[in-house]
This record gives sequence, structure tokens and C-alpha cells, in this order.
Amino acid sequence: MATENTGGSPVEYIQHHLTNLHVGEGFWQLNIDTLVFSVLLGALIVFVAMRIGSRLRAETPNGLQNAAEGVLEFVDEQIRDSFGSKAPKIIAPLALTILLWVWLMNFMDLIPVDLLPAVASGLGIEYLKIVPTTDLNTTLAMALFVFALTIYYSIKVKGLGGYIKMFLFHPFGKFLIPINVVMTAIDELAKPISLALRLFGNMFAGELVFLLIALLTLGASISASLLIWFPLQVVLDMAWIAFHILVITLQAFIFMVLTIVYLGMAHIQDDH
Amino acid sequence: MSISITLVAQLIAFVAMIWLVNKYLWAPLSALMEARRKKIADGLSASERGKHELKLAQERSTELLREAKDKANDIIAQANTRSNQILEEARENAKTEAERIVAQANAEIDREVNRAKEELRAQVADVAATGAERILKREVTDKDHESAISDLIARI
Repeated sequence: MATENTGGSPVEYIQHHLTNLHVGEGFWQLNIDTLVFSVLLGALIVFVAMRIGSRLRAETPNGLQNAAEGVLEFVDEQIRDSFGSKAPKIIAPLALTILLWVWLMNFMDLIPVDLLPAVASGLGIEYLKIVPTTDLNTTLAMALFVFALTIYYSIKVKGLGGYIKMFLFHPFGKFLIPINVVMTAIDELAKPISLALRLFGNMFAGELVFLLIALLTLGASISASLLIWFPLQVVLDMAWIAFHILVITLQAFIFMVLTIVYLGMAHIQDDH
Repeated sequence: MSISITLVAQLIAFVAMIWLVNKYLWAPLSALMEARRKKIADGLSASERGKHELKLAQERSTELLREAKDKANDIIAQANTRSNQILEEARENAKTEAERIVAQANAEIDREVNRAKEELRAQVADVAATGAERILKREVTDKDHESAISDLIARI
């Protein structure tokens, strides 16, 4: 394990790993690593998509196109499950983008935690946090966009009056309007926040567990105790990677499905 | 770890990604898949239609075959009737012709016989007259002559 870039205490090691490469301070802090990695992964998606698109075959789809068609069908199925056949046109690309992009960003979590930061420190970059979804800004940005779409479609389907009515009369009928407003507001706000925090929390925790596993032999010198700690570390790391492959996939899937479900709920006519 | 301008940047990136994914992945691929779905559905319905048409054509051909057979049978029956008729007519004609020929021949024979008789009669009369002249050695009067000849003719 690359430990030469910190050499300090475990706390310093972890803090170092949880600090973004950034410019600016406070609100104007721009996390360059988050941006660069998310844009790179986005570019990868677009590149592969263009490759598939450049040799699209209706009769004899090749391997990559088959895979893409499989993903597409899967996403389409999820949408049809909650929308029926009349989903707005943005839903499908939105869901597909979330699934692919979030999964790829989560996947960065499986790259050994010290590998890229060590390379970066060799290049003179002090901090590097390679998993964009462990940055709350990323997950919240996506969740807020979904939230904005939810409001837009709620108003479009129910009308502005219908949307306000949902706040006024929703859980308890017309005699408890103030409570209704508070309850519905919490209900609505909980959607984007839970969406953002679920993904962020899972990825952050996963990253943290990788860091803790890395700590097992942090700064260890060649000694007898290494004979115990090193195999243990390898076994734990492999176990956590195996588990985390499921987690990153599941989290990407959950983010997509919840997006579809929230937007589907926005399209349900008010039954009160 | 705080909310910052990064969020705005990521928001822009996210919207751009949705647009790009739609443009380069979703739109072309789903159009292709939709076209293929339609093509397969069309193909299946066409094959269904083809099967139906084949069945109809088979029924029609059986029908035509049956009709043709019936017609052929009719024609054969008609032809048989007609040939019998023709044979009958021919037989009838031949019979009539034969009878006619026989009758003609009989008439001819009768006529010949009569003519021969007449000739013979005339010759016999001459011979008788000559014979009688020689026997009598005298000129028989016309009256005697006449009576002798009439006598002879009556005896023949």
C-alpha cells in the first residue's frame, strides 16, 4: 500500500483522503477532482455511445450494441412499470444517464484507494479524491435536478392549483391545513435529500471502509506482525470489493428507480 | 465537505450528460430498436397473411380442379353421346344407300333382261320368218305372213 504520501497518523491519512482537490474557499470552493473525473466518465459514456452509434446494425447487432440494447430495454422496462406507455420523452435519457453515469462514478470506488492519489502526488498534486459520488455536491446536484423536474411535472399535470391543493389537503383532509402543509413540505423535501444522501452516504462509507482496510498496514515496517496483518488486509479488501460491486450497482439502480418513481408520482392525478 | 459552487458545476454537467446520452445513445438506439420491433411485427403479420392466402389459394385450386374434372366428365359424356349418334346416323345412311344401290341394280337387271328379251324376240321372229320362207320356198302373202308371225310371237 502506498503510504509515502502521508506518513502521518491514521487520522491525517483519512482526512487527507477525504479532501478534494479544489480551488476557492467556502461557497466558491470548486472541487476540480470531482468535476474532472465525472466529466471524464461522462465523456467515456459518450465515446462508447458514439462508437456504438457509428456502426449500428438493425439486423446483426454486435456485442457492444447488444449490451447497450440490453441496458436500454432494462431502463425502458422500469419506466413502463411506473408510467405505462406515456412517459415524457426526457424520462428515458434521464434514467439511462443516471444508471450509467452513477454506476461509473461509483465504480471509481473500486480502484485501490491509494493508487491514483499516489500517482497524483508523484505529479505534484497534493489532494485527489477520485470518486465523484463521494462528493455531496454531485449527488445533490442530480437529486435537485430530479426534484426540479418533479415540481415541473407536478404543476404541468395537476395544474398550479392542484399542486397547491396537494400541499393544503394532502395527508389529513381540509381541517388540518397547517399540519398538512408542513407534512407535505417535509414529504416533498425528503425526496431529493434522501436521494442525494443515500448515494453519497453509501459511497462515502464504502470509501471509508477501504481506507480503514488500507490503514491495517499503514506505515508498517517489515516485521513478524506484517505476516498476520497483510493477508488479513488482502482478504478483507477482496471481500469488501466483492460486496461493494453489488453496492455500487444497487445504488445506481436505486437512484434511477427512485427518480422514475418520483417522476411517476408527479404524473398521478390528484385523488383527493 | 460542504455544498459549494461545485454543485452548480455538477448540475450543468448532469444536464449536459442527459442531453448527450439522449443524442448519442438513447435516440439512435431506441429508434433502431423501435424500427426493428415494427419490422418484426410486420414480418410476422405478413407471414400470417401469407399463410392465410396460401390456404385460400389451396382451397381455390381444389375447387378449380374439381370443376375441371366435372367439366371434363361432362364433355366426355357429351362426346360419347355424340359419337353414338354419329355412328347411328352413319349406319342408317349406309343402310339406306345400300338399299338404294340394290334397288338400282335390280332395276338395271330388270331393264337388261327386258331388253334382252326384246332383242331375242326380234331375232327369233327374224329367224322364224327366214326359216319359214326357206321351208315354204314361196312368197307368203302379206296376210299369211302377218298371221304366221303373230302365231309365232304368241307361242314364244
